[in-house]
Amino acid sequence: MAEPLPRFRAAYGSSPQHLVAMIACFTLTGWVALRIAEEATAGRMLLWFVGAAVAHDLILFPIYASADRVLRGALRRSGHAATDGQSPAAHHPLPRRAGHTPSRPSPLNHIRVPALATGLLFLVYLPGILRQGRETYLAATGQDQHPYLARWLAITATLFLVSGVWYLVRQIRWRRVDGSAR
Amino acid sequence: MGVTDRQTGFPQRWWRALERHPPPIPGLRGDRWRSPLRGPWLTAVYGAVLLVGLPLVIITGLLDYAAYGPQFDQALPREVGWLRLPPFDWPTRPSWLFRVTQGLHVTLGIVLIPVVLAKLWSVIPKLFIWPPARSLAQVLERLSLLLLVGGILFEIATGLLNIQYAYLFGFDFYTAHYFGAWVFIAAFVAHVMLKLPRLVSALRSRPALRDPRRSGQREPRRPELRTPLTATRPEPPDPDDLVATAPGAPTMSRRGAIALVGGLSLLLGALTIGQSLDGRWRRTALLLPRGREPGTGPNGFPINRTAAAAGIRPDEIGQRWRLTVRGGGRLVTLDRPRLLAMGQHTARLPIACVEGWSTRQTWSGVRLRDLAALVGVDDPASAQVRSLEKAGLFNQAILQANQVLDADSLLALRVNGADLSADHGFPARVIVAALPGVHCTKWVADITFRTGADG
Repeated sequence: MAEPLPRFRAAYGSSPQHLVAMIACFTLTGWVALRIAEEATAGRMLLWFVGAAVAHDLILFPIYASADRVLRGALRRSGHAATDGQSPAAHHPLPRRAGHTPSRPSPLNHIRVPALATGLLFLVYLPGILRQGRETYLAATGQDQHPYLARWLAITATLFLVSGVWYLVRQIRWRRVDGSAR
Repeated sequence: MGVTDRQTGFPQRWWRALERHPPPIPGLRGDRWRSPLRGPWLTAVYGAVLLVGLPLVIITGLLDYAAYGPQFDQALPREVGWLRLPPFDWPTRPSWLFRVTQGLHVTLGIVLIPVVLAKLWSVIPKLFIWPPARSLAQVLERLSLLLLVGGILFEIATGLLNIQYAYLFGFDFYTAHYFGAWVFIAAFVAHVMLKLPRLVSALRSRPALRDPRRSGQREPRRPELRTPLTATRPEPPDPDDLVATAPGAPTMSRRGAIALVGGLSLLLGALTIGQSLDGRWRRTALLLPRGREPGTGPNGFPINRTAAAAGIRPDEIGQRWRLTVRGGGRLVTLDRPRLLAMGQHTARLPIACVEGWSTRQTWSGVRLRDLAALVGVDDPASAQVRSLEKAGLFNQAILQANQVLDADSLLALRVNGADLSADHGFPARVIVAALPGVHCTKWVADITFRTGADG
């Protein structure tokens, strides 16, 4: 017992301060849980609380990660480098010129970025887009949720259009530079 | 203070046995993570943004609770024990105070969503790591992370549904959002205590804009925000296992990832801020309820509860309507012509709602302190205002002394030079600077001015 601190660390796995922080966190949570337990809807609240973490970690993340993998796979099969970065260097281990030759632009991020943006907008403004809570919406605002779906679609189209035009511009500029380099 | 991940606690034999028996789930193999961007530096950048932003959201949220007047038992949820700011009288100046606190709470909360998601993306390999824990310390920390992640996502989800009036969750919003916030606060404070040193060391591990080391001493490092895709490399292996063991080629630079998240935040901000602005800018909140004006003309600004929804019948607010003013044992009844014959005061004041939207209009009517004087109460301790609305959470409100006595506090009869519309509270509504919109009672039926003696 000459050195209680190393013994504590070895047994607990971290410092006493760590334990204090954890105890404080769970004490407050416990108090809230006791207070909430009086509510008739406590079970639903717990379900939404845990469900929010589960929905992100085991549904949303796998969906967007898989979608991204599928996109990269599809681009690779269609002959595009999935990246503007290192793979061209691998294809051309010796630079053709001493100067910097820009690599061929990849369409990957030109699809990825607007897709991510529109997906995010859908998640954040979902109630209006999917017309959820019509009655409470009407009572609060005196209006319907009619315009949101069309607006979201229009924003989505704009995002993809801007991104697509930008890609074309990059492609044309690359062809010019690449042509003059030859 | 942080957990050293390799450290195995007591009883070592059990923790090692757990480590040797991973369930046959492919995702638990650490080598499946490919992104070369993941690593302590990028996580720390997102973490630093949240470390600055989330306390602002928390504080403005708690201020909004204080603005509801918890001392009169009218802040929701009612019983919160010591989980609130110390009691104080909500000021009436500056008149845009509630507009800013509430607007900041909602807008900043929405703007931070991409940062929260990016932060979660950057650390998600840790969720699928095996063994999940090597000591009691790690078990506790993992549980606190469930509170942290569940807490922030729960607050985002309930908040977003509330501002869009879609109560899909089927529980009381105020109770859930308020107590959910405290669970999050507890986990957030603990997380910051444990991880702040790691955040600082991770941020220092790579230069952001310029290398602080003097040139000539060592090979200069390329600052991360000046590193293009072609020069993007994985971070060195870290004790937290954030860096991929078998990284793929980068498809985006680190500065590109930061710019992407920042861009998404700007996009959300641009589509949200309009609900706090007036004039043509309101329309920029394209996907939110308060980006639309319900009509044109003097009464064409957003409504929070229609007369129909409040169950207000036309005959109640017609010729028959009377205002009852009580106080100091006296009672006065006034009809609308008599109110209009009293001294009228005009004030340009914002009205802001807990859903984060606000608008500034020109209101005119009778000063509340003039009504108090009418029943001989010059020094009211508070005033209770009741609406014609029978049901409804906000069919009455209690005003503090400073809110009654402010020179711009009105029982408004007209707005922008026209009579109030039924939806905006005709025949008369309360308007008080910096008071939450729901406490600016509409369709007022009676006002009771209480003196100190009434309690």
